[in-house]
Amino acid sequence: MTALTLTKVNKSFGSVHVLKDIDIEVEEGEFVVFVGPSGCGKSTLLRVIAGLEDASSGEIRIGDDQVNLTPPSKRGIAMVFQSYALYPHLNVRKNMTLALKQEKQSKEVIDARVEEASRMLDLGDYLDRFPSELSGGQRQRVAIGRAIVRQPKLFLFDEPLSNLDAALRMNTRIEIAALHRQLAASMIYVTHDQTEAMTLADKIVVLRDGRVEQIGSPMELYNNPANQFVAGFLGSPAMNFLPADLLAEGDMRTLGVRPEDLQLDDMGAFDAKVGHVEHLGGDTNVIANIGPHQVTARLFGQHDVSEGDEVKLGFAADKAYYFDKDGARLG
Amino acid sequence: MSNSSAQARTNPLNTIAMHGALITYTLIALFPVFVILINSFKTRKKIFREPLALPDADSFSLIGYQTVLKQGDFFLYFQNSFIVTVASLFFVLLFGAMAAFALSEYRFKGNTIMGLYLALGIMIPIRIGTVAILELMVQTGLVNTLWALILVYTAQGLPLAVFILSEFMRQVSDDLKNAGRIDGLSEYTIFFKLVLPLVRPAMATVAVFNMIPIWNDLWFPLILAPSEEVKTLTLGSQVFIGQFVTDWNAVLSALSMAILPVLVLYVIFSRQLIRGITSGAVK
Ligand SMILES: Nc1ncnc2c1ncn2[C@@H]1O[C@H](COP(=O)(O)OP(=O)(O)OP(=O)(O)O)[C@@H](O)[C@H]1O
Ligand SMILES: [Mg+2]
Repeated sequence: MTALTLTKVNKSFGSVHVLKDIDIEVEEGEFVVFVGPSGCGKSTLLRVIAGLEDASSGEIRIGDDQVNLTPPSKRGIAMVFQSYALYPHLNVRKNMTLALKQEKQSKEVIDARVEEASRMLDLGDYLDRFPSELSGGQRQRVAIGRAIVRQPKLFLFDEPLSNLDAALRMNTRIEIAALHRQLAASMIYVTHDQTEAMTLADKIVVLRDGRVEQIGSPMELYNNPANQFVAGFLGSPAMNFLPADLLAEGDMRTLGVRPEDLQLDDMGAFDAKVGHVEHLGGDTNVIANIGPHQVTARLFGQHDVSEGDEVKLGFAADKAYYFDKDGARLG
Repeated sequence: MSNSSAQARTNPLNTIAMHGALITYTLIALFPVFVILINSFKTRKKIFREPLALPDADSFSLIGYQTVLKQGDFFLYFQNSFIVTVASLFFVLLFGAMAAFALSEYRFKGNTIMGLYLALGIMIPIRIGTVAILELMVQTGLVNTLWALILVYTAQGLPLAVFILSEFMRQVSDDLKNAGRIDGLSEYTIFFKLVLPLVRPAMATVAVFNMIPIWNDLWFPLILAPSEEVKTLTLGSQVFIGQFVTDWNAVLSALSMAILPVLVLYVIFSRQLIRGITSGAVK
């Protein structure tokens, strides 16, 4: 069964067309990540799904019901916001129970659910504290707890980790993954961090300028990007793009090679001058210039390369991607 | 900028100069109030002979207060002023906040025009419309009722209230309101429980700015509600100022007592007020 179906969803703010013909399906229990550059409409799409904005046209189904006209609280969703959005005048327990009280759930049900959520998220010690007395990470856990107690059909996360520092972000990311396994609930997760997208998703939706560029599993998108934008967006460091002209005179295509596929190779096709080297211990990133074009080669292990070296770079023919001048993938 | 202000704060010379200026200003501002207070406790002769002397055993007199409490219905006037001020403030804050919420929260046709229209009153003094207001009150039979004053003061206070409050409400996080919507709170609950507490400093600012002009106003009570049973304190005190003789003891005593409630309300609001002003200035 599908948890969410969007059909030809459009959204305009006045004359600004923000979402364009969005078609997305989310299966029951699936973890779907929306990625895309800033301003591409990820948050707007999430708000349309939540019912905080009305779609200008198109159909939104959650489970079996069309919900275009259903108010947010009746859609069976819960949302976690980037800014946590905890109620400042309520303590943690009341923050978590407010929605259940609005639904007129019995006290036993409410207590049991809070108990359960606070066990999952280790919130036991904070239940009587106010949001202002919690750290960023704790606040975000409370916000997630507030979503869990509602037992929604669909969880919506809008960049929940972007206000946390790097270490905490990784821990919380792992916690969210564990939570998804435990709850087996459908989740939609918005981020512009492609590591989060790759590590969490069952399915990634890449958005650009309000359009869906490609939908697929992380490895599908990585190995088989539909166009130059998706190829460049996923993967870190990003894929190198060069005019294919460098290899064969008159070739108008764009050549794409991932940094890990670009090797130091005496027989290599490219003459390059090393501009900068990043020694990461496990990896070495070589940033080199081929004529006016800058490329990154990611070498496994430690290499004795330094700035100013003249090197030859090569790649295996089956690792190359080709794109036409509009960015569409070729053969 | 933050750097230079930090320096200004740490440099002792600057600190002294700053405090000196503020203390001087405070003294100048409070001096008339002080003179009124001390003279209200003196005999008439002493008021004129040594207006700046403190009351002593010789000059001390409560004659002014006795006159005020005996003559005229001082407590009734006081009560009228109080009802008018508190009710007007209540309506200004309630309607001002509601209009501000609608303007800042909802997108609808004519939103900006409506905002400008509501703010127009800041620039046009309401007294220009006195004749029309009087006619309106006569027709609706509200002349010589407290409602006449409450309605006028509410109208007078709304433009600035809407203007200030909508600016503050725009700063309240959208995520918070949206979280409330997803949790099933009604728009009214979101307004009263989530948004209003967060703009409390701004509400206090609006309250203080409105309170004093309403409490002190002589114009509208004189025109709209001059009869004995609805007189306000300011109007009631006028009986002591005559064309030929003025009972200065009574005037000063009445004024002293009129200051008190404003002072009390100010103390209640002041902490919020300061936060309201500084958060506006610093951000
Ligand atoms: N209320 C609004 N009125 C007009 N335009 C809006 C409104 N909300 C969003 N937009 C526009 O819609 C576009 C998409 O915004 P959105 O917030 O969905 O981007 P996003 O993908 O979430 O970006 P980010 O990664 O920075 O959060 C932006 O160009 C924005 O200017
Ligand atoms: Mg966003």
